[in-house]
Amino acid sequence: MDAFRVISPGSFTTVQDRGRYSFIDRGVPPSGVLDPYAYRIANLLVGNPADAAVLEITVMGPALEVLGEADVALTGAHMAVTVNQTAAPMWQTIRLSKGDVVRIRQAKSGCRSYLAVTGGIHVPPVMGSRATCVKARIGGVGGRTLRKDDVLARLSAEPLSRLRTLPADFIPSYLPEIMLRAIEGPQEEVFASGLETFFGGVYEVTSEADRMGYRLKGPPVHHDEGFPQSIISEPTVPGNVQLPADGQPIILLVEQTTGGYTKIATVISTDLSKIAQAVPGNRVRFQRVTLEEAHGFYREQARLLRQIEAQLSTNL
Amino acid sequence: MSHLFEKPRIRISGDRAVLVEYGDAIDPAVNEKVRAMAALLKTGLPEGVEAVIPAYRNLSLLYDPLLTSPAKLLSLVQGLEARIHEIEIPPPRIVEIPVLYGGEFGPDLAIVAQHNGLTAEQVIAIHAGTDYPIYMIGFTPGFCYLGGLDRRIHTPRRKTPRTLLPGGSVGIAESQTGMYPVDSPGGWQIIGRTPLRLFAPERETPFLYEAGDRIRFVPVTGGEYDRIRVKEGT
Repeated sequence: MDAFRVISPGSFTTVQDRGRYSFIDRGVPPSGVLDPYAYRIANLLVGNPADAAVLEITVMGPALEVLGEADVALTGAHMAVTVNQTAAPMWQTIRLSKGDVVRIRQAKSGCRSYLAVTGGIHVPPVMGSRATCVKARIGGVGGRTLRKDDVLARLSAEPLSRLRTLPADFIPSYLPEIMLRAIEGPQEEVFASGLETFFGGVYEVTSEADRMGYRLKGPPVHHDEGFPQSIISEPTVPGNVQLPADGQPIILLVEQTTGGYTKIATVISTDLSKIAQAVPGNRVRFQRVTLEEAHGFYREQARLLRQIEAQLSTNL
Repeated sequence: MSHLFEKPRIRISGDRAVLVEYGDAIDPAVNEKVRAMAALLKTGLPEGVEAVIPAYRNLSLLYDPLLTSPAKLLSLVQGLEARIHEIEIPPPRIVEIPVLYGGEFGPDLAIVAQHNGLTAEQVIAIHAGTDYPIYMIGFTPGFCYLGGLDRRIHTPRRKTPRTLLPGGSVGIAESQTGMYPVDSPGGWQIIGRTPLRLFAPERETPFLYEAGDRIRFVPVTGGEYDRIRVKEGT
């Protein structure tokens, strides 16, 4: 069923889901949402399955005409929302009627917001996922960002019996300085001295920051003498921090599958949501954690999400 | 000298992936082990393993930390290691890629010939005369890192990369050869083009090959090229 007509598309709005994991070995990047936490909450607020497709909205939001009654929720970067020119809240379910106009303005803090609709955005799955990969021109709406006059459909689903609100404790703040927890490696041995620089330094997010990766600028991290700066190309994962010859770190994200630079450290998966919300000029520091600690945080996050899910589905 | 490690080594790549490493060089024996282990793991993904991604000398395993751990994965790999010789790894598939060499589709064929003191016909015969193992696929969907380019046709990259190479372009860069499955910028010397759709997302099998297969370039005439092109809708 039809959900929205695009009045204006915003600066970079795409359909995304959890990602496309079945063809990474054929060079197809996983794509998918950059901020898994905000994505998960958006779907929980409208009662969707965890892998339902949403709109990922970057910096400047779209304006949408509502084509049929639906519940929606907007999470992530703080963006002012209006429905028919009346302010509407984020992190809560909003009930929309046919003919309503939803406008999502420029981000005040954070970088990416997520708009979920009951049932989930419906586009034909490509290779098992609805995620858009603009570089490979697949998924979402024609493998591209939204354009004016696109009509978005949703899968049919009952409206919620009660609207849901995320308790304020669970709403993250997006600050201009972030700390990313990271595990050493996979090539930490070529940075015996560089590790101290890296974990002690303050880095700035440059303007080269997108779904493929975030380039940072700060104290250069040097390879130890006698070690090559590049390696035989190998698979990469989101969160890998690679260091080209200039010593300026690049955090790889969801649109890359292989790389030939050495990787000093890897941002833990529970902290990828933080980098997804960083904008150029923000400052980033890295905190060293062990693999065991990271797995502890991972389990903690899974518990937290179960708790939120239970709370929302009984929310009065 | 063999570049093969005595035992596989494990590297930690964040909290959701490990790299299982078999050697430290581009070496057919190392890649053979990677390929065998990837095939074994893919016959039935172990609990908690979400993807197996083979590369030149290592393979990446993506896992769910709620279900497994690097320690478990390493002992699993070591267990399989002991059985690797008992299990028959299927011989590499040979995937034939028809190529129309030269002309407007292979504008740099003459450069490769001239650089190596050969005729265009000799370059084609050499390029199409070998089966190339696919060591890894990455960079763009279906982009193969192929081994085994004959030294006689090694050619440096173009000084200025082209801003747009049509999908299907076949090229040479230094000791590498390969094909661009989708339109992309690139600095390789382009010697021909295939009419096949190397990446067809809507097709039941979007790709014609996987890592471990071998690519055989087969020269075709303009007429054959057009016939295949019409059939493929390219």
